Amino acid sequence: MSLSVELPVLSPKDFASDQEIRWCPRCGDYSILAQVKKILPNLGVPREKLVFVSGIGCSSRFPYYLNTFGVHGIHGRAPAIATGLKLARPDLQVWVVTGDGDALSIGGNHILHAIRRNVNLKVLLFNNQIYGLTKGQYSPTSPLGQKTKSTPYGSVDQPLSPLAVAIGAGATFAARSVDIDIQHLTMVLERAAAHEGMAFVEIYQDCNVFNSGAFEFATDKNAKQDNCIYLEHGKPLIFGKERNKGVRLNGKGMPEIVTVNGIARDDLLFHDETADDPSQAFRLAQMRWPDSPEPLGVLRAVARPTFDGAVTSQIEQVQAKLGPGDVDALLDGGETWEVR
Amino acid sequence: MTAAALAAQPRPLESIESVVIRFCGDSGDGMQLAGTQFTNVSAVFGNDVSTLPDFPAEIRAPAGSLAGVSGYQLCFSSHEIYTPGDEVDTLVAMNPAALKTNLGDLHSGGTLIVNEDAFDKSSLAKAQYSTNPLADSRITSNYRVHNVPMTRLTRDAVEGLGLSQREADRCKNFFALGLVYWLYDRDPEPTRHWIRDKFAKKPQFAEANLRALQAGINYGDSTEAFAVHYRVPPAKLAPGRYRKITGNEALALAMATAPRLTGKDVFYAGYPITPASDILHQLSELKNFGVKTFQAEDEIAAVTSAIGAAFGGAIAVTGSSGPGIALKGEGIGLAVMTELPLVIIDVQRGGPSTGLPTKTEQSDLLLASFGRNGDCPLPILAAQSPGDCFTMMLEALRIAVGFMTPVFLLTDGYIANGAEPWAIPKLADLHPIPVHHPAEPPTNGDPFQPYLRDEHLVRPWAIPGTAGLEHRIGGIEKADVTGNICYDAENHQHMTRIRAQKVANVAAAIPPQPVDGPASGDLLVVSWGGTFGAVRTATTAARRQGQSVAHAHLRYLNPFPANLGEVLRSYRRVLVPELNTGQLRMLLRATFLVDAIGFNKVQGKPFLVAELVSAIRDALEA
Ligand code: SF4
Repeated sequence: MSLSVELPVLSPKDFASDQEIRWCPRCGDYSILAQVKKILPNLGVPREKLVFVSGIGCSSRFPYYLNTFGVHGIHGRAPAIATGLKLARPDLQVWVVTGDGDALSIGGNHILHAIRRNVNLKVLLFNNQIYGLTKGQYSPTSPLGQKTKSTPYGSVDQPLSPLAVAIGAGATFAARSVDIDIQHLTMVLERAAAHEGMAFVEIYQDCNVFNSGAFEFATDKNAKQDNCIYLEHGKPLIFGKERNKGVRLNGKGMPEIVTVNGIARDDLLFHDETADDPSQAFRLAQMRWPDSPEPLGVLRAVARPTFDGAVTSQIEQVQAKLGPGDVDALLDGGETWEVR
Repeated sequence: MTAAALAAQPRPLESIESVVIRFCGDSGDGMQLAGTQFTNVSAVFGNDVSTLPDFPAEIRAPAGSLAGVSGYQLCFSSHEIYTPGDEVDTLVAMNPAALKTNLGDLHSGGTLIVNEDAFDKSSLAKAQYSTNPLADSRITSNYRVHNVPMTRLTRDAVEGLGLSQREADRCKNFFALGLVYWLYDRDPEPTRHWIRDKFAKKPQFAEANLRALQAGINYGDSTEAFAVHYRVPPAKLAPGRYRKITGNEALALAMATAPRLTGKDVFYAGYPITPASDILHQLSELKNFGVKTFQAEDEIAAVTSAIGAAFGGAIAVTGSSGPGIALKGEGIGLAVMTELPLVIIDVQRGGPSTGLPTKTEQSDLLLASFGRNGDCPLPILAAQSPGDCFTMMLEALRIAVGFMTPVFLLTDGYIANGAEPWAIPKLADLHPIPVHHPAEPPTNGDPFQPYLRDEHLVRPWAIPGTAGLEHRIGGIEKADVTGNICYDAENHQHMTRIRAQKVANVAAAIPPQPVDGPASGDLLVVSWGGTFGAVRTATTAARRQGQSVAHAHLRYLNPFPANLGEVLRSYRRVLVPELNTGQLRMLLRATFLVDAIGFNKVQGKPFLVAELVSAIRDALEA
């Protein structure tokens, strides 16, 4: 592909559609939309080659608010729609916008297989730990004990970690960010866009109406440095307002929090997002606030052939071997005979 | 050289018009292979052929059990035939279970060839026989029974090739086939060729099967057990090149042809399900024809990935059978709502639920018509025979892209697996299927309008990659023209009507309903789908007996052909035979207020001509 084509210089407002945005005031979705619009002009992908696919839920209105191609699908099926689109049109950059209920409950099967196959999609999972559109039922990521419309006495349903699921399914890219952490979210989105393969991004998103403040630990200016570990590839896991706390593995191989001053820097756990073995990334995905500080950023980014790429190259190989199919010869195949 | 020419004492060769043979045995006995081979040599010889494979749902039912019996029936004839026959002339039974489950279909006086070696105590017990049926006078006096020690003779034939006993016994289907070849004067050469080809890498197996085949031929030729043998002269089919084809093959061939007719790639998504999986298997081999296949994680992903591909501009198809179609329902609704072209193939099988996975039925017509939430109409077509699957697949694609709509194509287990001779078309003789994608945004600077319709109410198929045509579509109700989300009351009524009218407009793009027989009279028999052959044979027979009977076979079920109402009103009575409890009949009554009567069978089996003939008689007398 020639890179010498001059792309028109676009700005975020060129990616805004003419549709009135219908999210509730102060919904975290606004910030995510703004950051996505901000990175789109810089991807080197022409606007007409971008497609946003979504399922059902508050987050899934996203495609309507962007002036790209878009499909607002049915509940849970966005990864499957996007997989078909990407297989048919590998030249497109396809984004999936989904939520915790959409991706992990009704659409669990599709997200699992899209990750396993490493379809070259960019998946943004807005995790607000609640069903917003249907007005406040608990979701597969709601914490135990949460009181919602469908759990008036508290949820007894064990939640799952989206990143642990993704890494368990073999994700080649898995990251987490927070809706209103503008710089961090921009960085993660740019990394996801640049990843060759399935980029799975969990974004903590505040549902201002039904689950307000669920992610205060990661947004509160005074507390977030102590509650979160901002991952950097090749660097030790150090956190805290004073940057005096670190993570190391104890004798049993489990992460433990230590005071940095007391130990040698080299004893700390170093973050290697490119490690072939996913065990450490999986361990990071299991570190959840409030039981432990919670990692944010890119947990895993490894190179592996994409499914759509493999499908295309297999077709090319068969074509190179057999030549273009001869329809008349195909129809005239099998057991044939002539009637005179 | 025929086997007869080698005989020391040639037996008389009688000429007959048509014969129905059924091979049956345990699933592991290779009966499908024997039946296919017999069909191939008969087709190559020039007979008209029609087949009915019948296999158990359980892949590994216990050996020798009644549940594990596999059968393959075929009719070959010197005149045109449409069905594999009602009654069997020659039954080959490889074990007691096969005899027990199949003997009822052998007509009195018919030829029964059994592998007597398989009638030991334990096999008899597995078939729930308390005494050996081969000694039963009701069987010996009612049929021409030939007890042949096939296992022993096959083992003798392959001796010295170093095969294990198990491997040797696997050759006995070729022994049986050889014997039947002799009985019907078939040329074994195409089968020899096939064996050499198939076992090219295992020469000892090739040799073993060739020997078994020859041993069977020799048995017929040299023992005096068979007093005569028979010959069925070639049929007078229209001149041209033919091949044997099953319905599933025909669908795959049509999809491999479609890229040349549309100029677009085909995207086929499926999930393994009986009896539709063969479509996926066959297409997966044709990667150099512009066909992409995708084995999805489930039926829902199969239909929705196809929708994604259609949005991207591919010719999208998904195929399944009843349970899978039920799962696809919501996705099909999305395709109706987004008005994207998509073909959904339903290879119908016995239902409800898991039902009878390997048996045929035509009970998904109402599912295809109404099995979605909301008012959700789409065109429905049905193939009438194996070869017709090719034609109707292309027809379904033509309507889908021509009207920007999902289209149902119904076939069934009977025509999917059954075979018939098929006049091979030439690519140059097939009609192109025009596909148009707008390339430019509106010149007046307005935003692109994805739901701006043409005079047939069809919206444009704008695809990603086209600058200036960026737009969003989805399952939420939308305003006409702009496609923007719209919950407005009047708009919803308008859009519901528009979607229905667009599908109704398809009637102008399909042929009028043809009728076989008198244009008016006492009785019109209306059928659809895979029952075509049996109904056509029965109505023709009824007319030959002087009855005033016509036959209308529907290939377009929604919308109905424009003249159908008039056709129905031209006869005193209307009879609708169906392999369901009356689904087309319900639609005809509702649409045309015609007092149609039904003849309905749900046994997992196709109609017998004889039962249709008597249903016609009853309808005329009623
Ligand atoms: S319900 Fe919650 S998630 Fe949905 S738009 Fe309102 S604030 Fe946002």
